[in-house]
Amino acid sequence: MRPPAPISENWTRMAHRIVILGGGTGGTLTANRLQREYGSGAEIVVVDRDDRHVYQPALVFVPFGMADPARIVRSRSGQLRDGIEFRTGVVDQVDVERSVVHLADGAELSYDVLVIATGAELLPGETEGMSGPGWGERVFTFYSLEGASALHRALRTFDSGRLVVNFIDVPIKCPVAPLEFCFLADWYLRRRGVRHRVDLRFVTPLDGAFTRPAASAHLAGLMERKGIGIETEFATGEIDGRGGRLVSWDEREVEFDLLATVPLHGGAAFAGRSPGLCDDLGFVPTDPHTLQSRAAENVFVIGDATDIATSKAGSVAHFEGETLVANVRRFLAGEPLQATFDGHANCFIETGFHKALLIDFNYDYDPVPGRYPWPHAGPLPLLKESRLNHMGKLMFQPIYWHMLLPGREIPGIAAAMRPPAQPAETNDRKGAPA
Amino acid sequence: MSTVTLAGSTVEVDAEGFLHDPAQWNREIGREIAAQNGIAELTDRHWQVVDFMRKAYLENGTAPSIRTLAKASGVPIKELYQLFPKGPAKLAAKIGGVPKPRGCI
Repeated sequence: MRPPAPISENWTRMAHRIVILGGGTGGTLTANRLQREYGSGAEIVVVDRDDRHVYQPALVFVPFGMADPARIVRSRSGQLRDGIEFRTGVVDQVDVERSVVHLADGAELSYDVLVIATGAELLPGETEGMSGPGWGERVFTFYSLEGASALHRALRTFDSGRLVVNFIDVPIKCPVAPLEFCFLADWYLRRRGVRHRVDLRFVTPLDGAFTRPAASAHLAGLMERKGIGIETEFATGEIDGRGGRLVSWDEREVEFDLLATVPLHGGAAFAGRSPGLCDDLGFVPTDPHTLQSRAAENVFVIGDATDIATSKAGSVAHFEGETLVANVRRFLAGEPLQATFDGHANCFIETGFHKALLIDFNYDYDPVPGRYPWPHAGPLPLLKESRLNHMGKLMFQPIYWHMLLPGREIPGIAAAMRPPAQPAETNDRKGAPA
Repeated sequence: MSTVTLAGSTVEVDAEGFLHDPAQWNREIGREIAAQNGIAELTDRHWQVVDFMRKAYLENGTAPSIRTLAKASGVPIKELYQLFPKGPAKLAAKIGGVPKPRGCI
């Protein structure tokens, strides 16, 4: 195992030097947990290109006027504990052989441990026509604060025609968000009394409403009851914003008057410039249970930046935090790592009318009905619409800023998934390497 | 899981017709699966994709998604859809005798 501190550099230095790339959900909670763990025993530096931390779970509310854009942004540095250095800068590349991060301004940061928490980027330029004519007029994405705000302005005056909701391909952040958008749009248009004049349609490259079978069937039923059309296995190759058409690779077409789309996602650009670090989509190959990167043993990865087969979602980064911090500590102490992360994800799915669904799953278990967080006692019902779940989603914002980002445990919410009370079909991904 | 006979060999397939064990596969089986899915003849271009899919699965334990397939196999997405209508990654995996690509979630 590599010695924790390069002695040649500064033999008197006792503190571990930990560099964290990314000051979003995963990077912030990791930095805070590590700082609590080590105190002055570690120098922790967080690097991000800006100091704006957007509360992403609220982006889907912005187009419907349910969240004020100004109130879902805070400073990144303000979420970090005293003693953590925050540095604004663009990462040029990482040299994993020499354990050095190169910033675009020429600065170099050497590290004993590197944590990559740079999330996923939106890549509208990868789809022909997406950011061409019509972008910002009838083609929008709600996956950025600017896009969600612009879509809000367009929706306010939209009172007839076809509204299409689509995503180009997996992986995307929060894979249920396009469905939430459909449910909320249905509710919003009904409230405005124009729903009967709008054809609302969901266009997906998948063969069903969602990736996991039980949830997919349930969500498809819900869409049908709400009168939302669905077009499956539609792999969008081109967006014709001027003509109002989605064109698939196999030359099918769906027309729209207003399009809410989700661009392709990729890893952070520096990963692609760093030899041997990422896969061809820019995500960092990572051990699915220890969260150590495949590229180097002193590099760990959290959140959307990994290539592991679970959702790209804040809940996942939160659940990963415990394993990641324990393994950084073990690595620095020269101990073997623990393979404790189980792929746990949970998501609230807003369904409109002040209700929401909740789903809970991991690498081995598909989302199933039941109660959360305790199998029989609840209080939150799984895979079922309820007002309590909606309240849960709304209450989550203060929990996010005050418990999740500081890296505290949330009472009753365990990092490892509790197996469902009723025997569920474990999904066929079990045992498959990610 | 059920047992079927393909090109004279007895193999196990899942509910959607994907081979359970990639080791039971041979090119004749690949041709027959292709025919059952509307591809009467597998050209060299088809094989380029199928072989890539199979190799990627055997090396990495997971079948590549369509984006990876297009970037790494040297066959552009548009052509992949012409070769394997509807779902190129899925169909190429099926013909190549490897499990269905998971996609990410």
